[in-house]
Amino acid sequence: MTMKWKGWALATGALAFSATAMAAPPSAEMISFACAGCHGTNGGSAGLTMPSLASQSKTAIVDAMKKFKSGERPSTVMGRLAKGYTDADFDAMATFFSKQKFHPTTQAVNAAKVKKGEALQEANCSRCHLEDGKEGKDDTPVMASQWLPYLQMQMDLYQSGARKMPEKMAEKVKPLSKEDLDALLHFYASVK
Amino acid sequence: MTLDRRSFLKLVGAGAGAAGAAGLPMIGMAAELMPKSGRRVVVVGGGYGGTIAAKYVRMLDKSIEVVMIERNKQFVSCPFSNFYIAGLTNDMNSLTIGYDKLAANHGVKMVYAEVTGIDPAAKKVVTDQGTLDYDRLIVSPGIDFRTEEIEGYDAKTAEIFPHAWKAGAQSTLLRNQLQSMKDGGTVIISMPLTPYRCPPGPYERSCLIAHYLKTHKPKSKLILLDANPDVVSKKPLFTKAWSTYYKDNFQYIGGKKITKADTGAKLVSVEGIEDFKGDVINLIPPQRAGDIAVKAGLVGDDKKWCPVDAVSFESTKHKGIHVIGDATALPSDGPPMPKSGYSANSQAKVCAMNVVNLLNGKETIEFSGINVCYSAISDHESVSIAQVFKLEGGKIKSSATAISPADFSLGKAEHAYGESWLKNILTEMST
Ligand SMILES: Cc1cc2nc3c(=O)[nH]c(=O)nc-3n(C[C@H](O)[C@H](O)[C@H](O)COP(=O)(O)OP(=O)(O)OC[C@H]3O[C@@H](n4cnc5c(N)ncnc54)[C@H](O)[C@@H]3O)c2cc1C
Ligand code: HEC
Ligand code: HEC
Repeated sequence: MTMKWKGWALATGALAFSATAMAAPPSAEMISFACAGCHGTNGGSAGLTMPSLASQSKTAIVDAMKKFKSGERPSTVMGRLAKGYTDADFDAMATFFSKQKFHPTTQAVNAAKVKKGEALQEANCSRCHLEDGKEGKDDTPVMASQWLPYLQMQMDLYQSGARKMPEKMAEKVKPLSKEDLDALLHFYASVK
Repeated sequence: MTLDRRSFLKLVGAGAGAAGAAGLPMIGMAAELMPKSGRRVVVVGGGYGGTIAAKYVRMLDKSIEVVMIERNKQFVSCPFSNFYIAGLTNDMNSLTIGYDKLAANHGVKMVYAEVTGIDPAAKKVVTDQGTLDYDRLIVSPGIDFRTEEIEGYDAKTAEIFPHAWKAGAQSTLLRNQLQSMKDGGTVIISMPLTPYRCPPGPYERSCLIAHYLKTHKPKSKLILLDANPDVVSKKPLFTKAWSTYYKDNFQYIGGKKITKADTGAKLVSVEGIEDFKGDVINLIPPQRAGDIAVKAGLVGDDKKWCPVDAVSFESTKHKGIHVIGDATALPSDGPPMPKSGYSANSQAKVCAMNVVNLLNGKETIEFSGINVCYSAISDHESVSIAQVFKLEGGKIKSSATAISPADFSLGKAEHAYGESWLKNILTEMST
């Protein structure tokens, strides 16, 4: 149908001044570039509370977007935005951001906490948060270099019950003290 | 020093401009600035739209030369300037960007000059420093004011009744006026009919100035005169903020279109029948596309905004010229994209992509974009509107639009996210 219309329009010259009629549907870049106003160019965030999306796993992004849309994962703004997109859009943006280079950050972390966190993560978190949190596998987000205030806000949401922890993660997190968890987040924020 | 040089050039330019008939610039007289060898995109305006368009053209195709022309060496962000005006930050630097890193990282060539004309037939931009040839031109000049609609408004009015609707010296002026006002004074904000730059902006400003007065000058009051009959943006949120936090020192009055300004008597009036006196008057005049868009014949029949194609952002008035940001009138189905920094950023990317596609003889791609505007309602809480826009039947239509919950339960988190938004968008524009 589109082709026929295009042929007719070309023949009659109706297209001479309008690019609208022959435009292709939005590409992954087209959809994803718009996210950068908040998440940074190619998903590398410079804002202290805004998460980086670069190099996140495709599944983790699609999963997050679906949970934002359904309301299962609490959000300030992502739930409202996710409602404007289809599953196919989620797939496109997840593909785009998963292909972007890891975004290292330099942030103010407490050295003693980083050391403590490093020791704790091995036994508690490294099974899922691979390579010191640098590798996002399946539905597990990249945590290395993620901004500390963002990680703290998300941990608060988990602790309050507003955001639901994966069961196996909850088993590991529950026995840890507030100080332990804080140390872990300092560690992940420091990894480059 | 810079200023001296600029005013000198303006003087020189004025003579040349007067000689050009019917707004057509005298190209013959000006020297060519940089001879064009390969394919070139010229961008006019290094603000929220222009910087992003320039950067993304280069990101998408390094074989295209990009030259950006901007009158100022530094750009001051309107977003968050209300914080500065209301004394919640003393740091104008966090609102200010330069262009050196953008130029170095992406090979965008900067020309600091005033664009004085565009010749669409010859594909030439005329500046006060010389001319530039282009294959495609992207224009993102922001807004200028329809001061002719306010009786008594002259070249000096904004120095006494600041608009502070372009950030920088105007923001400082309004801030200083507020700080030197005696306690017990009256502040007036007058805002124009929609469409204007940043729909929630005047309401955000009213909250933050009311917050300033409540904190520092408790006997003073603030009146917001809205030319619109009712609040045009995030109404449930702003009315709630006013009644919760500022009911003792703030008054909203709708349907008050200011038609006259008297800086001597310190008053503004509605149709000459109703006067409002103020110790500080923030008069935000009605707006239109930036002067250069008007001069270049890019505005539509309304003489205010630039009609463009909803995919390529190519002007429907002149081929080869694309307009983005506040200056545009986009074909819309339902409420249009607001004139915001986020919209300008999002449109710039769509435009850049399609300009590159057109230059490469490739198919254009349909619009998909976002607008989010954070507005502070106090010193520690913000609210937002979030919108997704897509193309439908040749027009831009919102597929989702929603505001923050009215119980302000997310206010503190959004205050923090808003700050990060500013940091990210300014970083995106300047690196
Ligand atoms: C108080 C206030 C608060 C705001 N808050 C927000 C917010 O929180 N979020 C948001 O998204 N938006 C906000 N906005 C709106 C935002 O500032 C604009 O929508 C945005 O700047 C539009 O981008 P633009 O590229 O169209 O114009 P601009 O950003 O104004 O850029 C235009 C540039 O072009 C240059 N220029 C113009 N003419 C010429 C010429 N002839 N020669 C050379 N250079 C020229 C100018 O110097 C300027 O640098 C706010 C606006 C105000 C006033
Ligand atoms: C207005 C700013 C804004 C825009 C625009 C925006 N985001 Fe977000 N994003 C956020 C915030 C804030 C969060 C934290 C959750 C929340 O409060 O909404 C977030 C969280 C996320 C997360 C979860 C990250 C993690 O580590 O768990 C993903 C995935 C995401 N956004 C994807 C996107 C995509 C894709 C787009 C573009 C379609 C987008 N965002 C546009 C602000 C934004
Ligand atoms: C069984 C696997 C598993 C283990 C063990 C685990 N996590 Fe997770 N983690 C996940 C998954 C999956 C997610 C994303 C789930 C969701 O959508 O909420 C996640 C998310 C997170 C997030 C939110 C990140 C973001 O970008 O929003 C934080 C913080 C976190 N984990 C911390 C930890 C810490 C600290 C430990 C160790 C004490 C740990 N996790 C152990 C699987 C695990």
